[in-house]
Amino acid sequence: MQTTLSADHPYPGRLIIVEGIDGSGKSTQLQLLQKWLLNSKYRVFFTEWNSSALVKQTIKRGKKRNLLTPTTFSILHATDFADRLTHLIIPPLKAGMIVLADRYVYTAFARDVARGVHPAWVRNLYDFAVKPNIAFYFKVPIDVSLKRILNGRIDLKFHEAGMDLGWSDDPSESFKLFQTKILEEYDKISKEYNLTVIDGTLQIPEQQRLVREIVKNTLDNYQPMPYLQKKENIYVR
Amino acid sequence: MSDNRKAFFGKGLPYLDISELKGKLIVIEGTDGVGRSSQIEDLKKWLEVKGYGVTTTGWRRSPLVSSTIDGAKKGHTLNVNTYSLLYAADFADRLENEIVPALRAGFIVLADRYVYTAFVRSVVRGANRRWIRKVFGFALQPDVIFYMKIKIEDLIPRVINSETLTKRYWVDQSGEGMDYWESGMDLRLGEDFYDSFIKYQKRILSEFDLLARRFNFIVVDASKSFEETNRLLKQGITAHISNG
Repeated sequence: MQTTLSADHPYPGRLIIVEGIDGSGKSTQLQLLQKWLLNSKYRVFFTEWNSSALVKQTIKRGKKRNLLTPTTFSILHATDFADRLTHLIIPPLKAGMIVLADRYVYTAFARDVARGVHPAWVRNLYDFAVKPNIAFYFKVPIDVSLKRILNGRIDLKFHEAGMDLGWSDDPSESFKLFQTKILEEYDKISKEYNLTVIDGTLQIPEQQRLVREIVKNTLDNYQPMPYLQKKENIYVR
Repeated sequence: MSDNRKAFFGKGLPYLDISELKGKLIVIEGTDGVGRSSQIEDLKKWLEVKGYGVTTTGWRRSPLVSSTIDGAKKGHTLNVNTYSLLYAADFADRLENEIVPALRAGFIVLADRYVYTAFVRSVVRGANRRWIRKVFGFALQPDVIFYMKIKIEDLIPRVINSETLTKRYWVDQSGEGMDYWESGMDLRLGEDFYDSFIKYQKRILSEFDLLARRFNFIVVDASKSFEETNRLLKQGITAHISNG
């Protein structure tokens, strides 16, 4: 059976995803959520963007030799996603687990459109995706994200900075332009798909409190299968 | 070759200018084993003798993903989505890096299979028709599409004969007499390669028939001899090239 992004999924598990531009703090928040869930009665599976066994090497090679066009870049990421969906996301969902995804299809909708593909085309490309139960969008103004990123690493990756687009020869200037465009797309996507917006400028614990509250509400009607229930908290006693 | 506007199938490539594509895009479609490749080889020489610049492009030949596809096919780990998308990546790579530049330079591009093969194979594997057509929305519409049509009875001896079986099993060391994917073995349609091949190819052929009507294929009878099919193809190409 084919799932579709526009309808609720039929599986007993729960899919929780986070989105946001680089430096929005989304990965930190997802990891904190994972720790909390691990320390409860739930079984959790964690997956990241662009990590499939099928095409990870192809994408890496394509990026390294600058062989990718916006369209092949987009399709290869969709292939990566499709592979992880089949092998890593759907089975745990069917088994009734909680799946946490750091970035989801909305990342492609934002990045690939910023790179120049047609918005309707890339949305159709991912139509087979499972609709998340909760999709968090960590919203931060561009200068906050830039400050966080540029403070941390001086070495911006070529594609992360959108250098392949040729907008600027200066990596941090290119990064700024590219991320600004992505942010514009995220704001559209956030409305279109009703993402749950979290103010990414708040303190980390404050954001996490909001996140856990929302997750808790969604898990109200969630009953883990008996075989998934753990006898005790093993992560932290 | 006069004025010759190209158009995209659906939502095209917003960053690509296609107003100056002077060449012709000629597509030869047909199922596995029907003899497309040998026809194309001959047509290329024939057109070159006539003075046209010709370039050919074939399925799964993109330097970016062909090795990925080969590896994935060997491992038999593809499903309908990854299968469809890898072929789309292969096609996009060839479209942007081979087909479009050749058309811009005024070449005739002979395409050994085109998006229709992807439509057929994906739909037979369970993809939604609308979805897969939109996935390939970035493709250029060909100037003309020839469909080498064959009935299953005529296809069987072309695939199952001593040369082909021996070559595949012994010479290529593929471990198979018939091709796993061309027999649709991933769909588990039959007990063995033969049964599966028949059921799979019947589905492929009937899906091609749907497309032939929908996309105005010029149907060429491919059950005839090489020479006869070749004559029909040349006739069709001549008619197309001479009236612009």
